[in-house]
Amino acid sequence: MKKHSVLPGFGLTLGVSVTYLSIVVLIPLALLVWSTMSLSFADFVKAVGSKQVIASYKLTFGAAFLAALVNAVFGFIAAWSLVRYRFFGRRVVDALIDMPFAMPTAVSGIALTALCASNGWVGSLAAKYGSKLVIFAEEHGLDFMNIPYLNRYDGLQLAYSQFGVFIALTFIGLPFVVRTLQPALEDLDREVEEAAESLGATKFQTFRRVILPSVFPSLMTGFTLAFARALGEYGSVVFISGNLPYETEITSLLIVAKLQQYDYAGATAISVVMLTASFALMFVINFTQYLARRRK
Amino acid sequence: MGIEVKNINKRFGKFTALDNISLKIPDGELVALLGPSGSGKTTLLRIIAGLEEFEAGYNSDILFKNQSVVGNRIAERRVGFVFQHYALFRHQTVFENIAFGLRVRRGVNRISRAEIKRRVDELIHLIQLDGMESRYPDQLSGGQRQRVALARALAIEPKFLLLDEPFGALDARVRQNLRRWLRRLHDEIKLTSVFVTHDQEEALELADRVIVMNAGHIEQEGTPVEVFHHPKSAFVMDFLGSVNLFHGRVVAGQIVFDQSTDVKQEKFFVRPHEIELVPTDPQNVGFPAKIRRIQLAGSIAKIELSDHSEKEIFVEMSHEKYLLHKFKVGDTVSVVPTNTVVFEEDYVI
Amino acid sequence: MKNISTPWTSRIVPTLLVGTTFLFVAFFLVLPLISIFAEALHKGVAAYFNSFKDQYAWSAIRLTLVTAAIAVPLNIVFGVMAAWCIAKFEFWGKSVLITLIDLPFAISPVIAGLVFVLAFGQRTALGSWLLAHDIKIIYAVPGIVLATIFVTFPFVARELIPLMQEQGTLEEEAAVTLGAGGWDVFWRVTLPNIKWGLLYGIILCNARAMGEFGAVSVVSGHIRGETNTMPLYIETLYASYSTVAAFSIATLLAALALVTLVAKSVIEWREKY
Repeated sequence: MKKHSVLPGFGLTLGVSVTYLSIVVLIPLALLVWSTMSLSFADFVKAVGSKQVIASYKLTFGAAFLAALVNAVFGFIAAWSLVRYRFFGRRVVDALIDMPFAMPTAVSGIALTALCASNGWVGSLAAKYGSKLVIFAEEHGLDFMNIPYLNRYDGLQLAYSQFGVFIALTFIGLPFVVRTLQPALEDLDREVEEAAESLGATKFQTFRRVILPSVFPSLMTGFTLAFARALGEYGSVVFISGNLPYETEITSLLIVAKLQQYDYAGATAISVVMLTASFALMFVINFTQYLARRRK
Repeated sequence: MGIEVKNINKRFGKFTALDNISLKIPDGELVALLGPSGSGKTTLLRIIAGLEEFEAGYNSDILFKNQSVVGNRIAERRVGFVFQHYALFRHQTVFENIAFGLRVRRGVNRISRAEIKRRVDELIHLIQLDGMESRYPDQLSGGQRQRVALARALAIEPKFLLLDEPFGALDARVRQNLRRWLRRLHDEIKLTSVFVTHDQEEALELADRVIVMNAGHIEQEGTPVEVFHHPKSAFVMDFLGSVNLFHGRVVAGQIVFDQSTDVKQEKFFVRPHEIELVPTDPQNVGFPAKIRRIQLAGSIAKIELSDHSEKEIFVEMSHEKYLLHKFKVGDTVSVVPTNTVVFEEDYVI
Repeated sequence: MKNISTPWTSRIVPTLLVGTTFLFVAFFLVLPLISIFAEALHKGVAAYFNSFKDQYAWSAIRLTLVTAAIAVPLNIVFGVMAAWCIAKFEFWGKSVLITLIDLPFAISPVIAGLVFVLAFGQRTALGSWLLAHDIKIIYAVPGIVLATIFVTFPFVARELIPLMQEQGTLEEEAAVTLGAGGWDVFWRVTLPNIKWGLLYGIILCNARAMGEFGAVSVVSGHIRGETNTMPLYIETLYASYSTVAAFSIATLLAALALVTLVAKSVIEWREKY
């Protein structure tokens, strides 16, 4: 079971850890699964497959995926800048990256909402230039009518729309990509790049063929972490999303709504679906990290 | 007897690290455990210290001063252990590092602050680091860290001192100086000590006794002179210095070197300095070889040759002897061994 | 970048990348941060301070402090112990243990709250037993504390495990050969080596404990003056259009977040130099 060691305290620390984990995590989670079991299969399918729930999956997974993608791109640029360049304000930017971790989600939520509302600093600009864009498009015979929350009177509506959900999820996912990429970029052997360039590769070729492949597992891990976090996010989204059923209602909010209606069975069933998705992502993360380790 | 180890076995998975090891270390001696990496020497040292468990077999035991210590906690064994990379406490000063073992004493063994200070000061003086007591490990050189690690081990007034590759992490010059210093220190305090090394020169120069280990067992033990001049196996001979392997037969009390492999031959081991090179060989006692390279920088002349089958031969001689013949690269000369060693068992270099 | 011999064209890419970083960080991180303070103060300093005259605000602050004061020490003890057995020993099932510790990071805070409602809510056998004995967990302070413990317990352990693994066991082994017992080994050798990492883990754990919203929201019941923590009270205020009051309380939590960020930078800096 355990390799010999002369250090003391193994039994005590393992015992306390496992007991604590059991009380705080395992038993409650087991109860969650157990109460799902008490649901008949038909009821379960009905609970997790109703139109309103499906609409919330689409929004949650779609917005989370897009947000993670944007974070992968901009997170890469930010991580690269922080690792490779020395510029004024670098330490401040580096420290700020962690803000979405440190800031309570409710605070982020109301701040983003205030910014993006039609009278907010960003929201008012989106409204003004959104409507100008639509008018311009219409004059040139382009039809933007299919895009929700964009029209000639209100312009682009950021808060209380899917855009708001996307903005909030991008905000909370940003640190994951940067923080997983930073150590990987720092570990890069500069000599390998120099070797590539001495062999005649251009900077872009070096990036494409030498740098990107070696940090790709970390990028994937960061992307998946951001995606997983966005899937379960609640606090920063509920304020900005508007919570309109079928339109801007995320799955976490739906769970809370069911609970407030004392529909425990429905809330539990949806939770199990989300939990399964989270565990699948956790598996992906462990796998990409395993790949990253093997590369070394 | 100082330390006695009886029938110790140790396996890591399928790998046998120690295969029924028994040995005795007399009181007051400085003993080297010498062997290549993977020979089990560090494992053995850690088992003696109690840092590692061993597999209890028939009659296995570890005795300190004729008393079994199996089952004793490390603290009860009172051995001073010097780790390969020193394992100094990086957040403690030199003084605090050395004082550690005294400060953690509890109950009746507790000693006063003043007494701790007195003893630590004494040790700092012994390791010649006076004035550096408040430095941290990362402010010291490799050799200084090594001495602090030694003083820290000595502070608990150990029954024995065990050192794992004590000079392994140091550069050549520091290593030389520290080696001599450690030998003088040992002569002064006479503490039974065992050190692990893979460097034969270090073992031969420093130790009273050398225990040569290979693949989990003891090949030979004895004084440096014994193991060097009377190796019991081809492994020991090879490990304690470079060696040439020649094939040949004994015909009428004389060795006939014959590098062809079709006949049943014996193996002869010859040290590089026990070979004569002669321009001509009328009695036909040696065999011909061509000089490939001559290396004259250093205290002796080193010559590399190859025979007709391109097998390499290494020869060492004094500069005087070299100047006698004025060999050149490309010359064909006769190789005449002056001392050959034959072993019973088969061993491939 | 300062190299004189490099042509100006080679500085385009770095400038573009750094510029993009600045823009992205400014839009997504700096602007929201500034807006918190701007919204809180936009009706003047007096209005800002008026927000704190509310007795419910104070009870929310008090509850948040009490919750953190219970959850954080418990998670410190757990985190240090878990890190010790994971980093210093090899044993069967270790990777399972590490995965379990990561679990709260993977679980939505809403689900974290839900599991406690399911465990202690009135519908279950345990819940009705508790009700019969007049013990309130859900929609009461114990539930809030439990949910907070759940979402914050990985922080200390996650911070310490890699640090302690990297440091290995040599110093501890040396201490044992010198006669030190378990307590001395931890207190004199291990703790000084991990103190900055531990401190950072505690700060993060505390920030999250005081700021947790989703999990606590589910178990709290939002009873003003009783089960409203600061983030929940902010929600209540915001929903009732008391924007200035909501943002005023939010400035306290934002300040805590800023302190956390500064502490992290200082600690990282200390570890490097």
